[in-house]
Amino acid sequence: MHPNGDVLLRVEGIALAFGGVKALADVSFDIRKGEIRAIIGPNGAGKSSMLNVINGFYRPHAGSITYKGRTARHMRPHQAAQAGIARTFQNIALFKGMTTLDNIMTGRLLKMRGNFLLDALHVGPARRDETAHRAVVEQIIDFLEIQAIRKVPVGRLPYGLQKRVELGRALAAEPDLLLLDEPMAGMNFEEKEDMSRFILDVNEEFGTTIALIEHDMGVVMDISSRIVVLDYGRKIADGTPDEVRRDQAVIDAYLGVAHDGGKGA
Amino acid sequence: MLYREVGQFRTSYAADQAIFPIRQDRIGMLALLLVAYIAVPLVANEYWLSTIFVPFFVFSLAALGLNILTGYAGQLSLGTGGFMAVGAFTAYKLATAFPGLNIVLVFVAAGIVTALVGLLFGIPSLRIKGFYLAVATLAAQFFLIWLFVKVAWFQNYSASGVITAPPRAVFGHFFVTGPEARPAYKYWFTLTFAAVLALAAKNMVRGATGRKWMAIRDMDIAAEIIGIRPLSTKLLAFAVSSFYIGIAGALWAFIYTASVEALAFDIDRSFQILFMIIIGGLGSILGSFLGAAFIILLPIFLNNLPNQLGLHVGVALVTNLQDIIYGALIVFFLIAEPNGLAALWRIGKEKLRLWPFPH
Repeated sequence: MHPNGDVLLRVEGIALAFGGVKALADVSFDIRKGEIRAIIGPNGAGKSSMLNVINGFYRPHAGSITYKGRTARHMRPHQAAQAGIARTFQNIALFKGMTTLDNIMTGRLLKMRGNFLLDALHVGPARRDETAHRAVVEQIIDFLEIQAIRKVPVGRLPYGLQKRVELGRALAAEPDLLLLDEPMAGMNFEEKEDMSRFILDVNEEFGTTIALIEHDMGVVMDISSRIVVLDYGRKIADGTPDEVRRDQAVIDAYLGVAHDGGKGA
Repeated sequence: MLYREVGQFRTSYAADQAIFPIRQDRIGMLALLLVAYIAVPLVANEYWLSTIFVPFFVFSLAALGLNILTGYAGQLSLGTGGFMAVGAFTAYKLATAFPGLNIVLVFVAAGIVTALVGLLFGIPSLRIKGFYLAVATLAAQFFLIWLFVKVAWFQNYSASGVITAPPRAVFGHFFVTGPEARPAYKYWFTLTFAAVLALAAKNMVRGATGRKWMAIRDMDIAAEIIGIRPLSTKLLAFAVSSFYIGIAGALWAFIYTASVEALAFDIDRSFQILFMIIIGGLGSILGSFLGAAFIILLPIFLNNLPNQLGLHVGVALVTNLQDIIYGALIVFFLIAEPNGLAALWRIGKEKLRLWPFPH
């Protein structure tokens, strides 16, 4: 997918603190329509906090978020969902007692028009919605190649598949902006390849803008259009993979800095 | 061997999403309904109809209501008895204030009033969860019973505090309450309420409403990011659950016992219904019925067992033995299948699909 230059989301001067701990300080960057934007940084750099600010879990203490041209300090999570922001979590947040199918169907809830009375009688929009949205969900199931586990409660699935189902739930909402928090954490090489392929396909086929946090540098460098690097809650670099790779501040953050001539190895 | 789904292909999403996608299940359900509506009233005597089947349906409805709230939406409640009392006393006030009002409408209105009361007591659920919420609903339980005992207006100023159902009929002359009421009419009346409301509950939990409830139950944070509003979803669960429980309370007061006092709906009742859904299966419509059957029928069965076997055992010993066996069976079932009788039934069906060739 080729980013066409329009800015979908811009965060400016975001600051967030938990008690005395500064999670984010004066972070600004933008995400352009259609791009795959990576947020990287060492552990505790504030990457997940940044995603939580974007989709409304955390209220930043300073700064503003401009999404689709509208500027605000804070959106509530369901407002973010209604505005087309979907996400996955670092530690899978699926509905464990429900089947794969039902989990992905929940991603369509905002688009369903029934209410509990129509549901109870199983008439009208409630009935039509069930089959119409099921058809969309089946396409996502096909896309993610999880047909065989359609009716399996997700609590029984292995880790890699759960990650895939969670991606499916986020895709079901047909988001404009998809936030992925470590989509490949804990996966083996093949699973990472599969997941990278899904992410690229989502971006390519549906034109979904993606912001992802990932620790595997190989994957990040391969699939992202631009990268933001955070360290101790501050932005230390921002640019294309090549630019970031050569950036001295990034190298220092990842490899450490020799403070005096004697110690560095 | 009979339970086979070979050759039954589901070619539309509607067919795949049916309540009973397997043909044998559909036939079984139809047969069960025929037996329940026709065979049972023909065969069963008055004792069976009015002291076993009617309370079974009433308890099933109450369990269904609590299961919607606790099993599906994950909100623990100990206020079931209190909400049943709201249903019972609302139905009584409505039936005596408007003698011309159809008894079915009285019951539905009683359910709606209970739903509103449930909504009110559900508001704390936004902030508190689990055991703490249970304690908050305990407040509802004690407050409501206190209200119905102390405020004589609710009992129409009767000296004993007991309310007695006025005679009412459906379709003109089929009396379900009062001296002319017949056990078969009472039976059909409660059965119909249970069947219709069970179908409505099944439709809700298999649709978008149920998914919202289960999402809140399983992971409320994730539910919020896909756009589910926690407060309205939880309050809806409280309202729908209380509607069912309210109707169960009204049926209890009018059809089962015909006269009742508020203390019949004390905290013991709440626990009894909570046990039903734990034993039957949390988050299962069938489980509500199985749990109610277990809790209602087992004591009766144990009580009659010595006589059936021709043993002459003292009454005191029977009562003690009954409690011991009853408790032991509850423990046994919870160890054997923590997910309840409904899970046992499901596992049994899955085994049966493969039997006798399990590979």
